Amino acid sequence: MFKIIAREEMAEGTVILNEIDAPLIARKAKPGQFVILKANETGERIPLTMADTNPEKGTLTVIYMVVGKSTALFRDLKVGEGYQDIIGPLGAATHLEKVGKVVCVGGGTGVAVLHPITRGLKEVGNDITCIIGSRTKDLLIMEDLMKAASHDLRVCTDDGSYGHHGFVTDVMKEVLEEGGVNLVVGIGPVPMMKAVCKITKEFNVKTVVSLNPIMVDGTGMCGGCRVTVGGKTRFACVDGPEFDGHEVDFDELMLRLQAYTEEEKKSYNEHCNLVKQ
Amino acid sequence: MAKKELIPRQPMPEQAPEVRSKNFEEVPTGQSPETAIREAERCLQCKKPVCVDGCPVGVDIPGFISLVKEGKFTAAISKVWEKNGLPAVCGRVCPQELQCEGKCIVGKKNEPVAIGNLERFVADYERMNKKASLPEKAAPTGKKIAVVGSGPSGLTVAGDLILKGHEVTLFEAFHKPGGVLVYGIPEFRLPKEIVFSEVAGLEKLGVKLECNAVVGRTISLDELFEEGYDAIYIGVGAGLPRFLNIPGENLIGILSANEYLTRSNLMKAYRYPEYDTPVIKGKNVITLGAGNVAMDSARTALRLGAETSRIVYRRSRDEVPARAAEVHHAEEEGVEFFFLTNPTKFLGNEKGRLTGMEGLKMELGEPDDSGRRRPIPIEGSEFELECDLAIIAVGAGANPLLTQSTEGLKLNKWEYIEADEKTGKTSKKGVWAGGDIVTGSATVILAMGAGRQAADSIHDYLTIGW
Repeated sequence: MFKIIAREEMAEGTVILNEIDAPLIARKAKPGQFVILKANETGERIPLTMADTNPEKGTLTVIYMVVGKSTALFRDLKVGEGYQDIIGPLGAATHLEKVGKVVCVGGGTGVAVLHPITRGLKEVGNDITCIIGSRTKDLLIMEDLMKAASHDLRVCTDDGSYGHHGFVTDVMKEVLEEGGVNLVVGIGPVPMMKAVCKITKEFNVKTVVSLNPIMVDGTGMCGGCRVTVGGKTRFACVDGPEFDGHEVDFDELMLRLQAYTEEEKKSYNEHCNLVKQ
Repeated sequence: MAKKELIPRQPMPEQAPEVRSKNFEEVPTGQSPETAIREAERCLQCKKPVCVDGCPVGVDIPGFISLVKEGKFTAAISKVWEKNGLPAVCGRVCPQELQCEGKCIVGKKNEPVAIGNLERFVADYERMNKKASLPEKAAPTGKKIAVVGSGPSGLTVAGDLILKGHEVTLFEAFHKPGGVLVYGIPEFRLPKEIVFSEVAGLEKLGVKLECNAVVGRTISLDELFEEGYDAIYIGVGAGLPRFLNIPGENLIGILSANEYLTRSNLMKAYRYPEYDTPVIKGKNVITLGAGNVAMDSARTALRLGAETSRIVYRRSRDEVPARAAEVHHAEEEGVEFFFLTNPTKFLGNEKGRLTGMEGLKMELGEPDDSGRRRPIPIEGSEFELECDLAIIAVGAGANPLLTQSTEGLKLNKWEYIEADEKTGKTSKKGVWAGGDIVTGSATVILAMGAGRQAADSIHDYLTIGW
């Protein structure tokens, strides 16, 4: 069992943080890599990109939004309880290199994935502007951590309840117009990443995105996570999860993420009804 | 003189096709002690048993069969265990018709002795009765061996080396041990309980098991040496699904056989929603390819409720690589075969879901590199088949995850590991490899045979030297 040693609720309880005892994985993990978690014997294997690791303490941190039965099972695990299985670190690590001015854009729980990448890019000497956003103020996560991981943090909310009133892409566009940006890293819901890439392409700025398609094994064995990048089929679990955002077929990815929508709804509803009883 | 009456080969009782195609219970139900003894009586007890030559792990076939004949089933399983640690598995999935039974002298004029069925019988008898004592272990050597991958070859290496007195740890990337025996082969052909019981037997002997350990990611080969392992065996399987590379292949409803079977078998999607992992259940299912994995996929689809389950294969019936018994079982259950048929394109709807497949009819031309006649498209023979699930079962390549993260491991041009044919030694000191990651996709028993050779060579290395 992989024990949960700390747990936090964020964004009005819709987003959960688990710090988990997993020394072997924590020792090896690098920014951008993910783990696969399985709550119990009958559970699904769910891939989550790590939000942090602490090799000395032997822990890793995942942050996820509760969207279905599997994440609801994760949410219900208390400190001292744990995950039956965690596998990792998986996927290729972020390519960390000094390129100059970098803009890191995060939406929703994508901010959690963005965190170690941003910190890593800062550590190698880049000048980091970070833009994070959410629908409304109470749903914003990790503001302090992202502030520490960047030189300039800009916050936006869709409803204007905090920071800039509008989307992360609006602010990103302003920053790009100022010029001098060498790299954009955009991580969040697929429509957000698609919108980020559309704009950065106009500015001709290289853009990295991190994808989280449906997976089973996470080792390149099943091909369920295939995405089209530059017209070629790639496996996100081993070739990614990060890709050149200008080459990604986001429309195909959005469709493929819908493969089990009905089953997911059914499982979640049954789970919620069971909990109510 | 009256000719001795020939005993006919004892049939294996099976669930009726129309019943079994709707459940995941095992298809053959197993022999009774009486029919097993009667079958054993058919064995000629040849002085030079050619059946043993046909067995990649060299089981003393006449030896264990003569014990079955005497009703000494516990002694019989001990005899099998001397050479084969996975008899309940091999009795079920070995291609005996090409190996032991293919060589059986009785089979020259009549049907061969049902060696596989007898092996299965004694293994099942022991699992039910638990009378046999564990094989004896040699004195501890103090040497440590890491076995990477807990499929058939890894389990064989682990079983052999623990008995020779070494410490053995099995590393498995999945959350359960067994490799292809668990994620690939369906419940109706190999109940998972059997695999777990065989692994539990190894654990009883002292083999340590580390699941969720992706060697190459969680830990590297060099780190294993640093941790004090004296030798490493790589038996990770092929593990890279091949796709067809035709338009529309990323539509929802097109799965590699690896994904389809892993969801159904390892993740137990056939018991969804009791288990959380779903799998796409097609009404009209097409499986591309005609190997054993394709048969497993097409038969699984029927059990998950498909109205039609079709095998589409670009060559003819004569070139089908699956075992005849598997093809026969599939046909009995209602799987339809489309031979000399090649897919050219998948069709989908606005939701990105698969709705059909376009293909061409083929004819056979001159033999190709594989010695089989090359299929050639017939012009103007385009056709369309409706389907909402397509399973790609056209083989596997070498998964690069471990090999690319390991220095000094020589690969061949197809990226399989280069290993000595007799010993399994690789180009990296202290590292052996065997099974599908060396040969490409083959059978359980060939992987076990490679494991046996490597285990012998590892033992020599640890006691004599590289």
